[in-house]
Amino acid sequence: MRIALILLGVAAALIAPFFVYPVLLMTILCFVVFATSFNLLLGYVGLLCFGQAMFLGLSAYVTGHILKTTDLSLEIAILAGALVSAVLGAFVGFVAVRRSGIQFAMITFAFAQFVYFLLLRSEFTGGENGMQGIPRSELFGIFDVSDTLTFYYVILGMTALAILLAYRVIHSPYGEILKAIRDNEPRVESLGFKPERFKILAMSISAGIAGFAGGMKAAVYGFATLTDVSWTVSGEVILMTLLGGLGTLTGPMVGAGIVIVMNDELAQFGEWALIAQGIILILVILFFRRGVVGEAGAFFRRRQARAKDAPAGKPREAE
Amino acid sequence: MFDGITPQLLFGQLLIGVINGSFYAMLAMGLAIIFGLMHVVNFAHGAQYMLGAFVAWLLLTHLGIPYWGALFIAPVVVAIFGIVMERLLLKPIANLDHLYSLLVTYAATLVIEGLIRQQYGSTGLPYNSPLPGGVNLGFMFMPWYRLWVVVFSVVTCLGTWLLIEHTKLGSYLRAANESPEIVESFGINVPRMMTLTYGFGVGLAGLSGVLAAPVYQVSPSMGSGLMITIFAVVVIGGMGSIIGAILTGYLLGIVEGLTKVFYPEGAGLVIFFIMLLALIFRPSGLFSGTEKS
Repeated sequence: MRIALILLGVAAALIAPFFVYPVLLMTILCFVVFATSFNLLLGYVGLLCFGQAMFLGLSAYVTGHILKTTDLSLEIAILAGALVSAVLGAFVGFVAVRRSGIQFAMITFAFAQFVYFLLLRSEFTGGENGMQGIPRSELFGIFDVSDTLTFYYVILGMTALAILLAYRVIHSPYGEILKAIRDNEPRVESLGFKPERFKILAMSISAGIAGFAGGMKAAVYGFATLTDVSWTVSGEVILMTLLGGLGTLTGPMVGAGIVIVMNDELAQFGEWALIAQGIILILVILFFRRGVVGEAGAFFRRRQARAKDAPAGKPREAE
Repeated sequence: MFDGITPQLLFGQLLIGVINGSFYAMLAMGLAIIFGLMHVVNFAHGAQYMLGAFVAWLLLTHLGIPYWGALFIAPVVVAIFGIVMERLLLKPIANLDHLYSLLVTYAATLVIEGLIRQQYGSTGLPYNSPLPGGVNLGFMFMPWYRLWVVVFSVVTCLGTWLLIEHTKLGSYLRAANESPEIVESFGINVPRMMTLTYGFGVGLAGLSGVLAAPVYQVSPSMGSGLMITIFAVVVIGGMGSIIGAILTGYLLGIVEGLTKVFYPEGAGLVIFFIMLLALIFRPSGLFSGTEKS
């Protein structure tokens, strides 16, 4: 059943550009990667990074700058952007893990504003106007990807790689320790691990994946703006993750899809896109904390349990 | 290096710093009170501050009620709004991870700001000073209203601090923070106390908003822009420390003002750098006696 669902998803992603506007699909894919990076921290380590947009936006500018000023190929530019974000993530982690829980969120929030301010003032970003005219260099220096349909498949492949990386991190021994930190940090410490080091590394990996999404986004649109660094985007990724399902691999993908399509539909109604985001986030927190994927999973487990006449579904671990 | 600095510039910026610091202190104090008792980081604090300013503006424009009336009415209106918010949004999730309360108040901020912006646009609305004119002190010109802001905020902060640290009500509040079960066994309704505390903290935000209306322009985003600084103030002062929040608020306002005089390029960043240094060298907060939680 699970494999069938994955195959169905892959097939849908492959034929989607023939039915839906490819740029919208690529936007969704960028945010799928971005939301996955956020979920890695909140869903699996229990760290709420309230400034995830700084990694997305910084990398978008770095990638854009490399593409504009050098002849380096596309994947190198995006990886360089991701690397810069990963370094920033390690530094933010180094400072912010000194305070636990809620203060971590506040510190990352303040950090993101600082990065916003620096990018606003920097020469190379174009300030308020943003960075325009980012060229789409050849992939590996040989493949021309200027065609939108071709580029969609490149972005799809990159998305798959990023999700595979997140999957490998979560299901590695290192990922098990992260989950243990989330559930009982003093216990992990008593076993001789240093939770702070694990958290800083997790922060860096998450920032790197978010940066990867930012680089992809800069290449898709051909521009980078301060919106990518703003706290509304940091909030948007929280909504995507919670709406889809915190601590599930597919949740952030579903959430990113819903939120991007919703933004697209509501774009003409001014403020209502943000108001709708707020209302949905409130409803999710009050009534559906498992998110779409979590609730659907629980529903199917209940049905299975009833079919087998067993007592009740297995309790969920990620809550 | 300091040749170009006239006393007018120095004291002018210092005054702006103290004014900003007054608002930092009042808002950070409200945030610290709410956090101290409920362990809720009230992201909506900035939006509630903005609501205070907007209520004052609406009272003046539509009902003709002047500033001095708004100073009493608006905080009550905003506090009632806060109490409704607490009942609807915070109470149902009181037993969950505190991250959820931060997120739900963030979501409320999106809705409040969005609705106000939809209704009144994003441009600032002017609110005339109720105390025009000022006094020339020789080295600088001191507008009456700014003097009023500083005095009023110092009195409010001191009064609130005394209320919480040195009265019976305050000791109940602090005790309910330490161990709600024991306080409850004394016959005190802790959930209601939490609702009222939230209302009080939110009312303080509304009061700051009225105070701010004649100084800054009344605009939907006036609060969320301030929240970043307020978060930094609370983090530097030590979470939940009321006196820490107050002192750090004034201090950072003044430091920010002085930075504008001596190193204008750094003015936007100085608070952030102080937060960075405080986190690295005083991880438990400047005014917090306890070790890292």
